Amino acid sequence: MRSMRSMRSVHSVRPMRVLVAMSGGVDSSVAAALLVEQGHEVVGTTLKLWGGPSDSGCCSVADVDDARRVAQQLGIEHHVFNLSEEFDRAVVEPYVGEHARGRTPNPCIECNRAIKFDRLLERAGRLGFDRLATGHHARVGRAGSGEWQLRRGADGAKDQSYVLSMLGQAALARVVFPVGDMTKDEVRAVASSLHLRTAAKPDSQDVCFIGRRDGRRAFLADRMALHPAEVVDAAGRPAGRVDAVELVTVGQRRGMGHGSDGARRYVTHVDVAARRVTVGSAADAVRAAVVLPTAGVTWVGRPLAAGDRAVAQVSAHGRPVPCTVLHDGDGVLVRFDDPQRPVAPGQTVALYDAEDPDAVRGAGIAA
Amino acid sequence: MRSRPTSYLDHAATAPLRPEVAAAMAEVHAEPLGNPTGTHPPAQRARRLLEEARDEVAAFLGRDPGEVVFTSGGTEAANLAVLGSVEAAVRAGGEAVVLCSAVEHPAVRESARAAACAGADCRELPVDAAGIVDLNALARALSSRVTLVAVMAANNETGVVQPLPDVVDAVRRRAPQAAVFTDAVQAAPWLDLADRAAGVDLVSLSAHKLGGPVGTGVLAAGPRLALRARQHGGGQERERRSGTQDVAGAVGLATALRLVAAQRVSTAARVAARRDQLCEGLLARIEGAHRTVPPGVAVLPGHLHLCLAGVSREELLVALGREGICASGGSSCASGALERSHVLAAMGVERGLAEGAVRFSLGYDTGEEDVARAVEVVPAVVAALRRT
Repeated sequence: MRSMRSMRSVHSVRPMRVLVAMSGGVDSSVAAALLVEQGHEVVGTTLKLWGGPSDSGCCSVADVDDARRVAQQLGIEHHVFNLSEEFDRAVVEPYVGEHARGRTPNPCIECNRAIKFDRLLERAGRLGFDRLATGHHARVGRAGSGEWQLRRGADGAKDQSYVLSMLGQAALARVVFPVGDMTKDEVRAVASSLHLRTAAKPDSQDVCFIGRRDGRRAFLADRMALHPAEVVDAAGRPAGRVDAVELVTVGQRRGMGHGSDGARRYVTHVDVAARRVTVGSAADAVRAAVVLPTAGVTWVGRPLAAGDRAVAQVSAHGRPVPCTVLHDGDGVLVRFDDPQRPVAPGQTVALYDAEDPDAVRGAGIAA
Repeated sequence: MRSRPTSYLDHAATAPLRPEVAAAMAEVHAEPLGNPTGTHPPAQRARRLLEEARDEVAAFLGRDPGEVVFTSGGTEAANLAVLGSVEAAVRAGGEAVVLCSAVEHPAVRESARAAACAGADCRELPVDAAGIVDLNALARALSSRVTLVAVMAANNETGVVQPLPDVVDAVRRRAPQAAVFTDAVQAAPWLDLADRAAGVDLVSLSAHKLGGPVGTGVLAAGPRLALRARQHGGGQERERRSGTQDVAGAVGLATALRLVAAQRVSTAARVAARRDQLCEGLLARIEGAHRTVPPGVAVLPGHLHLCLAGVSREELLVALGREGICASGGSSCASGALERSHVLAAMGVERGLAEGAVRFSLGYDTGEEDVARAVEVVPAVVAALRRT
């Protein structure tokens, strides 16, 4: 592995026992390779998450094979852990349930919260590992106060801090993200210099348990009832129909057509129970604020105080927008400096530090 | 990976190749070896070695050499037994009804499932809490329509020995037209199959569970049996299994069987004593360790199946492996992940307890030190997993 000598050292050189979660993709392959290069005692694991009771038949055996082969190439042990029942319970069932309530959940965040950085992290501890590593593009830092920080990955286009924004001190103390300092090109260069079979593998884009061919609609249609609904404008006048109210998202433009003035129409409100979708103009479909109920709010370290400035990001690769954090009864109110397209209920809002915009401060789930 | 003393307690998954087998197989290739179907001297030699091996396999099973079909392993043998019988029955213009126990190996269960997809009527026979097939349910299910009854000689996970002679009796009395198939892959190192499987129509074996090579198996198919080939070609193995025979594999299997037969009684006694020692040692030192099979039930000498409360078998097996103890936790799926055991489910083992299922399987070369190390290491590993 001489080719990696020039790579930046990602973490301390004290050898640790590290369990690395290998998805079969290039990032986690290189994460494992870097840890081996740094002299740690590394064991790879691939989670079998899908194949539970509500499996649609898709299969990730090829990804497991890739991960295992990379582990062999690196000379490390590899184990497959079957967490499919937990995944079904903690990720898939809530995903379906949230949609049935007309909300738009983020299953990747729930998987990170409940599976990777909970069940797997616990397991790593029981098996005597000092750290759990993943291939996420994010960085763990330490503030002068000793507080662990979660920071954006070095490659802005690949940054995954959003899907990790619910991590807290306990988890951050025990995780490493070896590729967080690297650009994707650098990651691929290391993989190809080591002849890892995942070097040219395309990035995964979709929700892992939803088949690329049939898509979200078919997945949900197999697991819940989808109901047609009327579409009305702000004055309650009929403006069309949709055939599945549960799949309509606030702020959505697609499928809503144009108003009488010829302007595009946006979804401003979804009422699943009443089977009604309300649409309006672009101007109607902006919000000055979003409420994050306390139950879904987490802080990386010290919480933001009422009146604190912050930067909000409302999707995995969304544009960060300046905001002020206020406390609102039993939740956090995020007031945007400039009105924004509405945040769909169920969507995660990640909050970054206003002064240090790479640092995640916390996250919440939109009401 | 660190090298440390290893206790290999996973013989039921695959047994170490016996040195005598390796030597016999090397000898096969030490001189020119032709295709057994050819005419020249190297071909004649290949054919002679193959038929000598067949004679030995037949002697081991107490059968006629003409019944012995060499296959690529136990799985192919099971597929041939189940699907070959079903297809023969369908071709004969009739229906096919297959009864198989609920604890059969996936090679048998999935073959039955494939037969069901092809139109056969496949039914599962329940087992009791020890995993023994319910003979009353069998009696009720037997009729003049039944084509095949599949009951394994002993279970691969628990080692529980099935009442094969009773199964044969019941079938002969109530469904004389039906064939009986027994998967004897696990039983072969331990039981005298010439006696135990007498009267059984179809018997499958796998060489690598006996200290023979991986990739060789046998289906012994009785003369009164209609069986359609699953693999077509040059008509080898009396048109029951086409493809050039693996002579070295057949010689390896025959050599392993010879060694097994010569040492069966002494090996079984020695291994059973060590297994009991392991069982007592672990039960005494691990709180919440349950014997999956109640005492008093006949189990193969090498098998010890335990359920450890409050432990995940995935974690246990990884941790044990890192401490040099090789054990197993049930069947894996295509990805290599552990699956829920259909055997424990059929026995009614509570789900939480089955999560801590572990199989130790001892074999011909298991020494006292292997057991001593396991008795020392396993409780410590379990305690460490439970502590955190």
